[in-house]
Amino acid sequence: MTVSSTPGVGATTQGTAAASSASPTRRRPAAATPDRARGTLRSRDRSGYLFVAPFVLAAALFLGWPIVSGLWMSLTNRSLTGSGNEFIGLANYAEAFADPQVWQTLWHTLLFTVLTTVPLVVLGLVMALLVHTGLPGQWLWRTSFFASYLLPVAVVTAIFAWAFQPDIGLFNTWLGNLGIPPVGWLTEEGVAMLSVALVTVWWTVGFNFLLYLAALQGIPGTLYEAATIDGAGGWRRLFSITLPQLKSVTGVILVLQLLASLKVFDQVYLLTAGGPNGSTRPILEYIYDTGFTNYRLGYASAISYVFFAIILVFTLVRLLPNRKER
Amino acid sequence: MTWRDRRRARAAENRAMTRLTLGTSRWARGLALAVLLVLAAAWLVPFLWGVDTSFKSETDAATSATWLPPSGFTLDAYREVLSRGDVLRWTWNTTLVAAAVTAITVLISAMAAYAFSRTLFRGRKALLAVTVAAILVPPQILIVPLFQQMQAFGLVDTLAAVVLPQVVAPVMVFILKGFFDAIPEELLDAARIDGAGPWRLFWTIVVPLSRSILMAVAIFVFIGAWNNFLWPFIVTNDPALMTLPVGLATVKSAYGVQYAQTMAAAVVAALPLLVVFMLFQRRIVQSVATTGMGGQ
Repeated sequence: MTVSSTPGVGATTQGTAAASSASPTRRRPAAATPDRARGTLRSRDRSGYLFVAPFVLAAALFLGWPIVSGLWMSLTNRSLTGSGNEFIGLANYAEAFADPQVWQTLWHTLLFTVLTTVPLVVLGLVMALLVHTGLPGQWLWRTSFFASYLLPVAVVTAIFAWAFQPDIGLFNTWLGNLGIPPVGWLTEEGVAMLSVALVTVWWTVGFNFLLYLAALQGIPGTLYEAATIDGAGGWRRLFSITLPQLKSVTGVILVLQLLASLKVFDQVYLLTAGGPNGSTRPILEYIYDTGFTNYRLGYASAISYVFFAIILVFTLVRLLPNRKER
Repeated sequence: MTWRDRRRARAAENRAMTRLTLGTSRWARGLALAVLLVLAAAWLVPFLWGVDTSFKSETDAATSATWLPPSGFTLDAYREVLSRGDVLRWTWNTTLVAAAVTAITVLISAMAAYAFSRTLFRGRKALLAVTVAAILVPPQILIVPLFQQMQAFGLVDTLAAVVLPQVVAPVMVFILKGFFDAIPEELLDAARIDGAGPWRLFWTIVVPLSRSILMAVAIFVFIGAWNNFLWPFIVTNDPALMTLPVGLATVKSAYGVQYAQTMAAAVVAALPLLVVFMLFQRRIVQSVATTGMGGQ
């Protein structure tokens, strides 16, 4: 066969086709008709390999292999300069669990996740509900809520770094006009993380807004008509029809949101570089610093895997109850 | 149906929706509109502030945060930024990278999805299980081994190194497979009787029928690639090869406190995608609606 089995993607042999998969997909009529005799089936067989080959090749190279080599690297004291390839067993992992920086940056990551998730979901929903009312100005509302999501992160952080500027920044100028003393948006510990969260909400809420809006448009109008005939008022319709109908999309948004927030790096790095005093440094930045600033690739890989394990546990815990519902 | 008729129909639809959601009460409408206005203002002000600053002279930008600069608006910052040319160069690089990532990702994901959905081969189920499991791997944790890999291939500081790791999107394979599964087998059988091979089935039946989902996948992959920061930031050091997010970020330190120029560069960088969105926004919302999918 054409596909070589690679370390990343173990293509084991399996029973052949006729069995339909567990998901409720259509059953393929396997060798049922006479004109689909063994010869044809085998030719379809080969075409299957050909179709899947480019993806498998790319995944093996750029996902499978890095996973394996990263795991190996985490067991060595490899450096970016290429020196140090001795196998040191689990020493990196032992160090990671004893390293206060790992726990601190992990805590910052969780704090950021908590600070951003609720406003991102709630605001996205509120925006979508309001736009969905069909009030005039549709184009303006959609554009203003979604456009910020399309900005490259460097543009977002440039605008906000400028607005957060302590002396002549827009926000402190407003506060000054109200007679409030200036705030060190990015320079005060305790405030900086809130500022980063604020920027993140502004930047990414448009995505959730769009998903909610699409979900709202998918709710059948007949439901509303029936409810109206039964004399349900606006609020009643909102709470009895709209919100329950949005339950599944909310689940999707929540999972996507949590995973995205856990992987925060870009905007923090560009706004505060992890400061002030390391108070906003997320774990991904610690991995980056360890590997590319201090050249300790082995140790950086080990932290990556600790982080990966945490994300995995988190995802599985979140996904398993869902599977039962389906 | 002319464009004007369509507009009228849409307006009527919107009015009906308003009646349905807010009833006929003036008060409810006014309140909803007021909240919308406040939110839109909050979302637009940072934007407008950036644009406003980009039209100021550096001195005005650095003296006070007024919307109307004392010495009037000027195009100096734009002239300066465009004459240096790096922003245009980065825009070109980003366009190349995002287009390449989108084309390759959509093609290989669609082909793999077709293989999982419509063909039989040994190990199909195991491979599908591995693909679904791969969705759980955040690419960010692989930056260290990936960088070493690119060093080994001698690809550091090439656009190929920026593109290649981004084309693996198991989640897209999964989404597309779900969509292909819903295509009636009869359509394919009809073509098979006419003697169409798998390749022709894929191109003449599956792809045209899945245009909306392919579009949605392409849109999200494109936005993701356009705005990706961490990986290009690690793998490119040569300013001539940087993408927009990386170039702007590194140049921010280079521009120092040149606020007007920084903002002008940001506006130039933000324009392409914004213009595309403004032109196609209805279609984008619709394609997301038809697919009910999330992005990355």
